[in-house]
Amino acid sequence: MFLLLPFDSLVVNLLGISITVLFTLLLVFIIVPAIFGVSFGIRKVYMKTLLKIFQWATLRIERGAKEKNHPLYKPYVNGIIAKEPTSLEEEIKEMRRSGSGKALDTPEFELSDIFYFCRKGIETIMDDEVTKRFSAEELESWNLLSRTNYNFQYISLRLTVLWGLGVLIRYCFLLPLRIALAFTGISLLVTGTTVVGYLPNGRCKEFLSKHVHLMCYRICVRALTAIITYHDRENRPRNGGICVANHTSPIDVIILASDGYYAMVGQIHGGLMGVIQRAMVKACPHVWFERSEVKDRHLVAQRLTEHVQDKSKLPILIFPEGTCINNTSVMMFKKGSFEIGATVYPVAIKYDPQFGDAFWNSSKYGMVTYLLRMMTSWAIVCSVWYLPPMTRQPEEDAVQFANRVKSAIARQGGLVDLLWDGGLKREKVKDAFKEEQQKLYSKMIVGNHEDRSRS
Amino acid sequence: SVSHSQITRLYSRFTSLDKGENGTLSREDFQRIPELAINPLGDRIINAFFPEGEDQVNFRGFMRTLAHFRPIEDNEKSRDQNGPEPLNSRSNKLHFAFRLYDLDKDDKISRDELLQVLRMMVGVNISDEQLGSIADRTIQEADQDGDSAISFAEFVKVLEKVDVEQKMSIRFLH
Repeated sequence: MFLLLPFDSLVVNLLGISITVLFTLLLVFIIVPAIFGVSFGIRKVYMKTLLKIFQWATLRIERGAKEKNHPLYKPYVNGIIAKEPTSLEEEIKEMRRSGSGKALDTPEFELSDIFYFCRKGIETIMDDEVTKRFSAEELESWNLLSRTNYNFQYISLRLTVLWGLGVLIRYCFLLPLRIALAFTGISLLVTGTTVVGYLPNGRCKEFLSKHVHLMCYRICVRALTAIITYHDRENRPRNGGICVANHTSPIDVIILASDGYYAMVGQIHGGLMGVIQRAMVKACPHVWFERSEVKDRHLVAQRLTEHVQDKSKLPILIFPEGTCINNTSVMMFKKGSFEIGATVYPVAIKYDPQFGDAFWNSSKYGMVTYLLRMMTSWAIVCSVWYLPPMTRQPEEDAVQFANRVKSAIARQGGLVDLLWDGGLKREKVKDAFKEEQQKLYSKMIVGNHEDRSRS
Repeated sequence: SVSHSQITRLYSRFTSLDKGENGTLSREDFQRIPELAINPLGDRIINAFFPEGEDQVNFRGFMRTLAHFRPIEDNEKSRDQNGPEPLNSRSNKLHFAFRLYDLDKDDKISRDELLQVLRMMVGVNISDEQLGSIADRTIQEADQDGDSAISFAEFVKVLEKVDVEQKMSIRFLH
């Protein structure tokens, strides 16, 4: 016990020195560049190294599987069954043509009509387009995270050691570093915006507010080791416009806001989020709603319209899907933001799930668990495309305009364009869709059957 | 026969539908699939998975029902005639469709049952009288033994020219 005493102060000294060194390194390599918006390129080198390691790991697993003569489980992104893209009308006409010799243009009911509904139903049970959008995308090659591994039994010793090393690096080095950065970023944001809030309104306040926001978001970007590639930055949203983007996670906000100055829209939360929100709105006019106000669509639309009509106000950032989708598709855009009449600046965000899947499965993970998962991934890699601005044409209504914007975003990001509502994550589908199907089928069987009915 | 990877994939699908994570699916688990919920015959199809009087289906039952939709491969046609008929034979596929109509499982499609299924398919868009005459005509055309109901044999006869194998088969992509 007494032998430890002289070592005690040595240990304390070493600890003190290493913390100081760490902090200085942190400051020089991460925080200072964040403040000025420059980059040393460390993250890009990190990314390239990781890619090489992943490729090696995948080859090893494939070799292991081949040695044991087993087929490897490979996830298929494009679905597992062949689906005929024929419609109800086409299929039923075809069945009638082949089945009975009756004239094609007499609409009537056939017992064989049931085959269409039956097969379509079973197809959706085996593989449907909607439910798979609400869980994380499966990766084609392994990225040394146990959370994405489907082929456990083919891992060699070398691979296991590598994985163990990865765990050590991620949890013991990267995680504390990232938490420290996140803490710095958030506290700077809260204190910075509060301080700026005391200044009188004017050019100076605006300038400082913008730079405080940008600086803190950039620190947060580094806290997640996010490697972002921005494309077409000349199309960045301007004042008086609305920026719409596809939604995959709360990190989307940080990614966009670290490259531009936006007015946020959202519900006021309690806890830490609420503190951050209340501080932010002191420095610059964000649009926060109380929980009760969110349901009132009219009020929401009114406040947004007021905001965009004031040309001095910042572009609004909105995610019209209303919920997080897993970044393989874009789901229905809620028409509210498209009715306001402002210029829409679409933005497509595509994550590369190889380094860390950013999708927030809110039914599986809470916010804290989610952030921890993010901070223990390798990195968050994504591409952001700023699309040219769009306005509503006179002949289209809000829904058509919303769909047009959605298609543009889906096309640019390489995502599947779906008409389904993201709200189906939690809610049942509306009966109206079933009624549409029934109506369509009714048209096919109602006709001149009156003269064919016998007494 | 079903390959190893196809079984793995279907098992993966089964577990993703099994929200309660207890190894079985309930009717609610199926109804959570939006494209199935808007299918006019969705409920009848879901029903086909559940054996008489039961509310849960395990993976075995799931696979068994889906097996009806395997394509009829050529080599299976020449398999031994002594073994039990495979689930995906033409006859069994027709039987699956027959059971969608036969609500009370008495091996006959009565006028009432046909009316009920028709009502599911057309919703509120056709009147009772019109629907009634459609049902009457269909039974009249199919009925051969004069009992005003369609038996399985009569059902098969009506559909003898239809390419059942193609209409009631689902192919895996890999």
